Amino acid sequence: MSNATLDIILLLAKIALVFFVILTMAAYLVLAERRILAWIQDRKGPNRVGPQGLLQPLADVIKMLTKEDVRPAGADKWLFYLAPAMAAIPAILTFAVIPFGAPVILFGRELPLVISDLNVGLLFFMALSSIAVYGVAIGGWASNSKYALLGSIRGLAQLISYELSMGLSLVPAVMLSRSFRLSDIVNAQAHVPFIVYQPLAFIIFLISIAAECKRIPFDLPEAEGELVAGFHTEYSGMRFGLFFVGEYINVIVLGGLAASFFLGGWHGPWLPAPVWFIVKVLAFAVFFIWMRGTLPRLRYDQLMHFGWKVLTPLALINILVTGWWLMLR
Amino acid sequence: MLGAYLPILLLVVISICFGLGALVLSSFVGPKKPSKVKLQPYECGCEPVGSARERFSIKFYLIAMLFILFDIEAVFLYPWSILFKKLGMFGLAEMGVFIAILLVGYIYIWKKGALEWE
Repeated sequence: MSNATLDIILLLAKIALVFFVILTMAAYLVLAERRILAWIQDRKGPNRVGPQGLLQPLADVIKMLTKEDVRPAGADKWLFYLAPAMAAIPAILTFAVIPFGAPVILFGRELPLVISDLNVGLLFFMALSSIAVYGVAIGGWASNSKYALLGSIRGLAQLISYELSMGLSLVPAVMLSRSFRLSDIVNAQAHVPFIVYQPLAFIIFLISIAAECKRIPFDLPEAEGELVAGFHTEYSGMRFGLFFVGEYINVIVLGGLAASFFLGGWHGPWLPAPVWFIVKVLAFAVFFIWMRGTLPRLRYDQLMHFGWKVLTPLALINILVTGWWLMLR
Repeated sequence: MLGAYLPILLLVVISICFGLGALVLSSFVGPKKPSKVKLQPYECGCEPVGSARERFSIKFYLIAMLFILFDIEAVFLYPWSILFKKLGMFGLAEMGVFIAILLVGYIYIWKKGALEWE
């Protein structure tokens, strides 16, 4: 077998594995969220399908596939049809640049445990997080429903506001590692994770990613108490499912990025590298679920004030202070 | 150079197939029994009033404009952040001046009330 063929086969196997793991994690994150929330609220949660409800995600998929796809009268046919895919695809693509383990030796060649170790990985992630806004905006507008429109406009303003502080809070991590390549950023934290040098940037990034994946207390685009379901009010069946799974993939991907930028990625003692990576991602996921069970939703003006008047200037000042500190060191 | 982007291209193709595949599959599998009432946009069960393609508050437009300004500033920060050891004290001072000018503009829009939501 020639070298090129082997390369392609290994690459396809890697992509298939990553795809499978992300989708499985997203599906089981839904179950975990329902079980943990139930536990926080002193009820049982879904526990009927399979042992401890472990087959519930499968049942959900079958149910969503066999539901009727309702497209409201007056909705824009193609935009309404494509918006869920536009929300889910960028989330999956972002995972391409996240390294989830040290390179392994397979068939006598080095195989990096990342789909593509781009030298502009961080910029690739920022670009995709901008594209992810389109799914929300187009989905809400195309539905021809007032709740959906309100949800999508709110979501739009929220996502771009917090994208700003998210981008700015990553600048110190780049200054410390002097690279946009995520594997360089992770390797720069082999001994000391950046959270030790940059606790403020970590907190800003954590809050911003909670807003970016529209989690409580930042879930105003879908605020079920006031907007029914926000931008996906009119969606049913698998189209709703794609929006939903996209959100959970986003939680996993952003958790993976937070781990890579501030917690040392796959570095850790005793356990194998990919296990450490998954443990850190799950820690972020459980933290988000816990937050949902604990905090009330913000008001919209509070949300915008917090993003523009607190997080953005703090991130800017943090950059200057970091620059000053690195110069004097 | 293309080698690094080939896996991304493959992933793009596969995830588009996944997204569209899920949509197409569900439109084949699911039942189709549309009725006039079912296709109404949801409005708490009442007849929908007016159009949903309404005009909305100018505040959102303002936020979008501010986002573009500040995002371009972040675009300038990134190249500096990667080269700042090489640029040294000069680069830091330049960036300090740049951020100071930006903060003046920021205070201006704050005082103007562009960040207020009533």
